[in-house]
This record gives sequence, C-alpha cells and structure tokens, in this order.
Amino acid sequence: MTHIDETPTGVRAEDVPGDGLDARLVVARGAFRLDVALTARPGEVVALLGPNGAGKTTALRALAGLSPLTGGHLRLDGAELDRTPPEARPVGVVFQDYLLFPHLSALDNVAFGPRCQGATKAEARAQAAEWLARMGLADHAGAKPRRLSGGQAQRVALARALATRPRLLLLDEPLAALDARTRLEVRAQLRRHLAEFEAVAVLVTHDPLDAMVLADRLVVVEHGRVVQEGAPADIARRPRTDYIAQLVGLNLYRGQAEGHRVRLEAGPAVATTEELSGPAFVAFPPSAVTLYRDRPAGSSARNLWRCEVAGLETHGDQIRADLTGELALAADLTTVAAAELDLHPGAEVWATVKATQTHAYPA
Amino acid sequence: MKTVARADEAGAVTPQRGSRRRRAVPGVPLPLLVPALVGLAFLLLPLLALLIRAPWRDLPDQLTSTAVWQALQLSLVSATAATAVSLVLGVPLAWLLARTDFPGRGVVRALVTLPLVLPPVVGGVALLLALGRNGVVGQWLDSWFGITLPFTTAGVVVAEAFVAMPFLVISVEGTLRAADPRYEEAATTLGASRFTAFRRVTLPLIAPGIAAGAVLAWARALGEFGATITFAGNFPGRTQTMPLAVYLALQDDPAAAIALSLVLLAVSIAVLAGLRDRWMTASS
Amino acid sequence: MTRSVRRTRTLQVAGAGAAALLALSACSSSDDSSDGSSSPSAGASGASKLSGTVTVFAAASLKESFTTLGKEFEQQHPGTKVSFNFGGSDTLAASITSGAPADVFAAASTKTMKIVTDKGDAAGTPATFVRNQLEIATLPGNPDKISSLKDLTKSGLKVVLCDKTVPCGAAAQKALDASGLKLTPVSYEQDVKSALTKVELKEADAAVVYKTDVHAAGDKVEGVEFPESAKAVNDYPIALLKDAHNAEAAKAFIALVQSAEGQKVLNQAGFLKP
Repeated sequence: MTHIDETPTGVRAEDVPGDGLDARLVVARGAFRLDVALTARPGEVVALLGPNGAGKTTALRALAGLSPLTGGHLRLDGAELDRTPPEARPVGVVFQDYLLFPHLSALDNVAFGPRCQGATKAEARAQAAEWLARMGLADHAGAKPRRLSGGQAQRVALARALATRPRLLLLDEPLAALDARTRLEVRAQLRRHLAEFEAVAVLVTHDPLDAMVLADRLVVVEHGRVVQEGAPADIARRPRTDYIAQLVGLNLYRGQAEGHRVRLEAGPAVATTEELSGPAFVAFPPSAVTLYRDRPAGSSARNLWRCEVAGLETHGDQIRADLTGELALAADLTTVAAAELDLHPGAEVWATVKATQTHAYPA
Repeated sequence: MKTVARADEAGAVTPQRGSRRRRAVPGVPLPLLVPALVGLAFLLLPLLALLIRAPWRDLPDQLTSTAVWQALQLSLVSATAATAVSLVLGVPLAWLLARTDFPGRGVVRALVTLPLVLPPVVGGVALLLALGRNGVVGQWLDSWFGITLPFTTAGVVVAEAFVAMPFLVISVEGTLRAADPRYEEAATTLGASRFTAFRRVTLPLIAPGIAAGAVLAWARALGEFGATITFAGNFPGRTQTMPLAVYLALQDDPAAAIALSLVLLAVSIAVLAGLRDRWMTASS
Repeated sequence: MTRSVRRTRTLQVAGAGAAALLALSACSSSDDSSDGSSSPSAGASGASKLSGTVTVFAAASLKESFTTLGKEFEQQHPGTKVSFNFGGSDTLAASITSGAPADVFAAASTKTMKIVTDKGDAAGTPATFVRNQLEIATLPGNPDKISSLKDLTKSGLKVVLCDKTVPCGAAAQKALDASGLKLTPVSYEQDVKSALTKVELKEADAAVVYKTDVHAAGDKVEGVEFPESAKAVNDYPIALLKDAHNAEAAKAFIALVQSAEGQKVLNQAGFLKP
C-alpha cells in the first residue's frame, strides 16, 4: 500500500527491460479464452481482481506452469518460461487452501522447497526454521498442518513459498479461507511480508479490499480480458466497468441484515435505507464519508464510528484516507479539509455516513 | 459454589457420553443388522466347522512334519515376494491410471482387472503361454538369459503376483483418485520433479491405501492355488505352497488337509492382525 | 476321525448339486416303469423298459470313451439320458461317500473304489472293466530320444509326474520302484491331465501318464511305451451304487460298458482289456 510520501509511480516492466515479469497469457479452454497481458517490476505487488470465473486462477496457474499456455509469452527477469516445467520455474505459490502437506510438520513443509533445490536436510531445515521464525511461528515448527489455525497455516504456506526464494510469488485468494477476524490480522501481516518481498508478487482475489490493501497495482479481469489496470486509488476513482464501480470504488462490507441495519462481521452495524434480513452486503462510496476530529454533537448521520487513520493517499487535490478502528473504511476528502483536520497516520477521527448514501443488498 | 456445580455437571456429562456410545449398536436399523449378522455367520461358519471337525489329536504330528513347515515357509516367502512385486509394479500402474490421461485408459483399467475374473487356472495357462519355456516372451527369456520360470519358486511368485496385483492396483487407484492431486502441483511449484512429488508427497498421503491394497494382495497371494499349480507346478520345497499341499492332501488324507488349512489360517490371521495394528491404526 | 473325514467331504460336494437335481427329478418316473427282475443285458429287447436319467461318476480318463458310450446308450434306449460327472477318482469317491446322488461309479483304481465299497455305498462287487497302462508322453517327434523309463533320469530333462496321491502318480512310482530308478521330476502334478498339459505346452520334456491320455492328446504328444509299465497296470473297476435312483438303467449302462461293443470303444481310446 502506498502512502502519501511514496506515490505510486506506475513504472512498468517495459521501463526496465529484462527485469521483473512480462507476460501475455493466452489460455483457450473450450469456449473460454483468457488473454491477459501482465507486467510487473521487482518489488511490485500486482493484484488480479475479478469476479468468479473471470479467469484469474487460470492466469495464475499459467504463470506457475500448472496449465499450459496456448499462446502469448512469459518472461521473468528476461528468461523465457513458456516451456519451462513448473518445478524449474523460480515461482512460488500460496494456494487458496494452502495445500500444506498434511504428513509433514510445518518445518518440513517449509524445508520441502530448499530440499528440492538441492539443500541438505540440515541446511533445508535451518532455512525453514529461519523462515518460520520470521513469520512468528518458531513455536509451531513441529506441528502438523491440522494442528495449525487458519492464520498460522497461511503463514506457513507463505513461508513455504518464500523459502524457494522465488522471483515471482503467486498468491491465490490468500485470505479467502480465513474467518473475518483472522482475516484482518493476517491481511496486515501479509501486507508487511509482501512489502519486504523484493521480487514480483501477483495476487489473485475477488475481494477488492484485499486487493487494495495488499497490492500496488490492480489488474481487473472480466471474461478473460483485462478491463482496467492501475493504482488502486486510480481505479477506485475512475472505474471503467460496472463491476469495478461496484466493487472498487466503494466501501463494501458483508454482514447480517436485520431490517434497516446490517450488522457487520467486522464489528459495528450500518444503518441503511433498505430493509433486508439475512446475509447482506452494504456499500457506500468513500466520498459519502464525513470526517470529524471530535465526536460530532448534533449530526443527523446515524452511522458514526470512531476510527484511526492508517494511511493517506493523495490523488491531485483529493485525499483518500484509509481508516481502521470500529470500521475499516476509505474516506475521500479534499486536501484542504485534510489539512484542517490535521490528518496523519495514527490520528483519531470520527467518521459518519448518512443512511441514504449507503446501499445494502443481499449477499 | 459455582465451581462445584460445574464439576458436578462435568461429572454427569462424561458417563452420559459413554452410555450413548454403547447404545450405538442397538441403534442400527434392523434391515441392516439382520443381513449383516447373517453375512457374518455365513463367512464364519465354514471356518468354525473347520475348527470343530479338526483332527486335534493328530495335529501335533501334522505340525511337526517338515513338509508342512516347508510349504508354509514357501507360502510366506512367495506371497511376500509377490506382494513386493505387486507394489513395485502396481503402485506406478495405479498412479498412471489415476493421474494421467491417455487414449484407451478405460480399456486399460478394465484389462488390469481381468485377472480378477479370470479363473486362476486359466490365468496359469495364460502365464505358461506368455512366460513358459515355449511362451511368447518366455522363449526369449529362455534362449537369451537361460531363465525359465515354470517349475521354479520365481514362477510361484509370478503366478501369485499375476493374480494378486489387480487387488493392489484397484485399491491404490481408488485412494489416488480420492487424494487431492493439487498436493502434487504444490510440490512441483516448490521445485519437485513429478517423481519427487510422487515419492515425497503422494506416496505418504496414500500410504494407508497402499497398505490396505498390499494386505489384500498378500492375502490373495497366500491363498493362491490355480495359477500357481498350473504355471509353477507342484514340487515340495520349491513350488508346493500351502494351498497346493492342502489340495493334494485332500486327495488321500483329508485330516492332514484340515490340519494344513488350520496352520495357514492361524498364520494369516496372526500376520494380518499384526499388520492391522501396525499400519491401519498408525494411519488413522 | 472317520466322522470328521466324512463331514469335510460333504463340503466339497456342493458342485455335484446340479447332477443331484437332475437325478432326483428323473427318478420318480423311472421307479414305476422299472422291472426289477429283468436282465441287466444291454440287448435291444430291454430298451423300451428303460427311461430316466442315469448318473455316472467316472474317472477323468474315461471322459472321451464314456461320452461316446453315453450317446450310444441314449440311442439304444430312447427316453433315457446319461449324465456324467468326470473328475479325479478320489474326489468322486469322496463325493459318493458323502451322499452325492449317483447311480454308477467307474474309478481309475481299485484303491479309490475301495473307499466306496468300504463305506458300503456300492451294490454288489465292483467289476474290472478295463485296464490302463502307463506310457511316457514326449514332445512330438521325441526330440530327446526317450525310449525307456531310465532315459527319464537323464540330467537336464524336465519330467513331470502325477502326484503320489493320485492314481497315475502312484502307478508311476510303482513302476520306478520296480525298476530301481530314482527320478526327480520338476513337478508332481495334481492330475494326469495337468501332467500331460505341461508336455503339450512344451514346458516339460516328458511326463509319465496313461496310454489313454497320450491317445487322447492326438499328435500334440508322442507316446513311448516302456516295459516297466506292465508292473503298474491300473485296474478300472465299475460298480452300481447302493443309493442308485435308476438302478435298472444303471445296470444296463454297466452292461454296455462291459459288452464287446463297449470294449471296442474303450480299446480305441487306448484302454486294455481286463
């Protein structure tokens, strides 16, 4: 995630020939055809975002070499990989349900890659122990995967993929298998680890929030095609398809609707105009959020949350504030307003949203 | 006070759970229970009859004869060797059937199971035609390497493996189909060749299925009669396994045949029970 | 001991069930029409009186000739049917003593017939109707130039014998003992047909089998007679069984086997006159 002081540069792999990922993935399977151009420079985290069936996972499998390309090309750090079998590609994969080998301990799962790359058993284990320690899992090295929590398993899977020192890290819906509470925590950790990762990371998700939090750049795929790509905020501001507009440009939450309220998995309830019951989404644009430094006394807004500024992004004269706290949300405000409120990461703010500006619909 | 009450609750809950578990058997629906018990009786009654009518008085004499031990030893050695052959050839075959896609795979799978339906004696003749001294392949084995399989212990192993391997292949293939192939993919993305992935990931994952298949194959090989006597003949100490000894004893000394059968039964029960404890429980 | 033997054998007899059903379904009508005092001769005059099924348990080596005779019998006596159960004499004897329904038993050795007579399952004294002599079966053309029993002891020669528990094996052993020869075969086969098969398939170089078996195998094997075989001639006894359901027809069948006509058929198959 980029902050004010490091505005996304939008540098493409073409700018630095021979470094990073340069791919055009064409996979034809029956009536479905995937044709996606994908480039990334080292250190960049790219999210492939799209609805189910858009071809995201197919693209990821093609990158890993698990599905053959029917056309296009695949270059990583200048090397042609189209015909390289998966085991010979410098690619690490974190699978959606992690696929930790159930018969091996966490340590041996992580040591598997180095072992296959020719390290001795002792070396591989030493490396694995280091990775686990880095993931804060030193105490769980001997545990079998079924004894690990979802979040721990996710970190072991990440450690296992990173232990092969890949030049391309692929993450398939890395947070989808986690419950809402763990998800927030793991998302933050994953973001930290991805920030440290020096090579290209491509993550596949259908969750815009995951994509926006974790990626430097989004590539939105629909029906096997790239429909838009760019920095998360740019896409959020200028969505080119309904899908993007709906998902990326909005604060979107999932919860249980009870009449005019949607109780969120993340915590508070959101008052809405729609009357619903059962699982529901509730969404509102970042521009609908009003921020106050102190608790507003006479506000008519029924949605009032106490938040903390986690990050700020400038886009021209606009600033998007990334807020955490009672409710994680994005708020748009002018630079002037931001200055007046003295917003800075860590600052405490009150956010309000009018019920009329929310949109709730069944999940 | 509260703590005490909780302890009481816990104390009350435990026996309840225990009794619920014990009540599980009467809970079995009658339409299942009755045929199940009849089936059990049907399988056990002949064995029971064997025990009831066994010539217990002559048993010590029968058991001390070297011919019996010779046949038993040969049976155990050859059944184990046949199981080993089945494992070495059958597990990769099962993998091929379960994990790859090639034209005519369905036909190949059907062919693999053919020895299951083939009368073993016919299987023995087929083996003679293929691997005999004058067989399709056997003649070359004979003229090039001087290897003849019929009338040798190796021939016994071949005959037993021919009949037993399909059990293993079917069992392992089923386990492989149930196993998630994506583990193999995960292994390849970590740098493992397909063979390494098979060896280090798939094999341990399907170990229980392989063990079950091996036990099945071993039991089948141990009781093998028709293919063995047809392909390998019958010579004490070399190709006369227990079933052959039993059959021939039946011709003029049924009491001896029963005694031999009891020995075979006892040994196989001991081995299978031992393996069960070791493998099946370890894997569950 | 004895009881346990009988019970075990009962278990093996399940296979004879089909034959039993045939015999049972046929017996009611035949009992009524049978004329107890009529001569058992197979003359055409008695033909019209016979009907129903005759169940014959016969040694496997009799298969070809008895099948021919069965057809002849059915022709001579319209309305009758001869049902055969060919098998190892021991197995058949065990079936009969365990209560398998049969009218006639033709065994390949007096020893196996004795099992039946000892149990009192035969009606009257068994009569020897043919004799069978051993012969060496070699590969076609006799490539190993085998001309005597002694030649079989040559090293490198693969010889199969019948197991000592079956008549052809006992006879072979008798011949070997009589000539003072020690022969180590590659296999003791479970019956004479399997021994012959091994030579037919060229897996063995020679087998000691019955003359009739060599005869039946046609040109797939070559027979070599040997003088010692005279010392181990097998008598084939035939007997009417006590529990025969169709005694009259059974007697007529036995008479046919013993008649000149029957002997001719048996002779053609390689059997010797008693």
